[in-house]
Amino acid sequence: MYRGGPGMLAWALHRITGLAVLLFLFMHIIETSMLGLGPGVYNTTISIYRQRWFKPIEFLLVAAVIFHAGNGILVMLVDFWPAATRHYRRLFLAGAVVYVALIIPLGFFMMRRLFGL
Amino acid sequence: MIRRTVRPAGGAPLYLWFFMRVSAILMIGLVLGHLYIMHVLNSTDTIDFAFVAQRFTTPFWRAYDLFILFFALSHGLIGLRGVLDDYIRSRPWRAAAEGALWTVGVVFFLLGALILMTFQPGAVRGP
Repeated sequence: MYRGGPGMLAWALHRITGLAVLLFLFMHIIETSMLGLGPGVYNTTISIYRQRWFKPIEFLLVAAVIFHAGNGILVMLVDFWPAATRHYRRLFLAGAVVYVALIIPLGFFMMRRLFGL
Repeated sequence: MIRRTVRPAGGAPLYLWFFMRVSAILMIGLVLGHLYIMHVLNSTDTIDFAFVAQRFTTPFWRAYDLFILFFALSHGLIGLRGVLDDYIRSRPWRAAAEGALWTVGVVFFLLGALILMTFQPGAVRGP
């Protein structure tokens, strides 16, 4: 079924972003549960996220979720409207253009402190 | 035209397939809202214990987070189940993986739900 092309790329990225976000979710649940141990423990725990090197990772997480959501909408579109299969290549490209146009300014905004803004 | 569909024929796989789509549609609003509030309007530079304590004074945000916890965790684990099914061929190992998957799911859901439902900024338990 998958022999290269945008469909295979979309499938691979959907899987990778899904697994990455699930891995973060486990970390996020553990770190949030530290709230029960008081402000000292919680603030020390989340200081991991405040390091400079984590900023690009925070952006990658948001970028991964937005990709997974966008591609998920495309998957559901094809599921419930099978005729979309014939226009898949164009739909994927249109989605990719919207995604890139959204993610570039978002990246600059989220990582603005790294650029000294 | 041949209608090719990847929708399962019936039974549990069909319910899981359907649940993935329902949870996805709900999470488009819930998770994108969460990301916008926490990572665009705020950021890891502004979020701390006081921020979360203030946020959890209203039951609305606790319920909001509880919904995300349930849908994100179940959606993620059903997705992982699909990945494991692609690589694990033997039936007993598949059953073992599925058992481990749902155990992890229950433990993490309880851990998250417990803190969302019982958190009180003043009452510090433990060290």
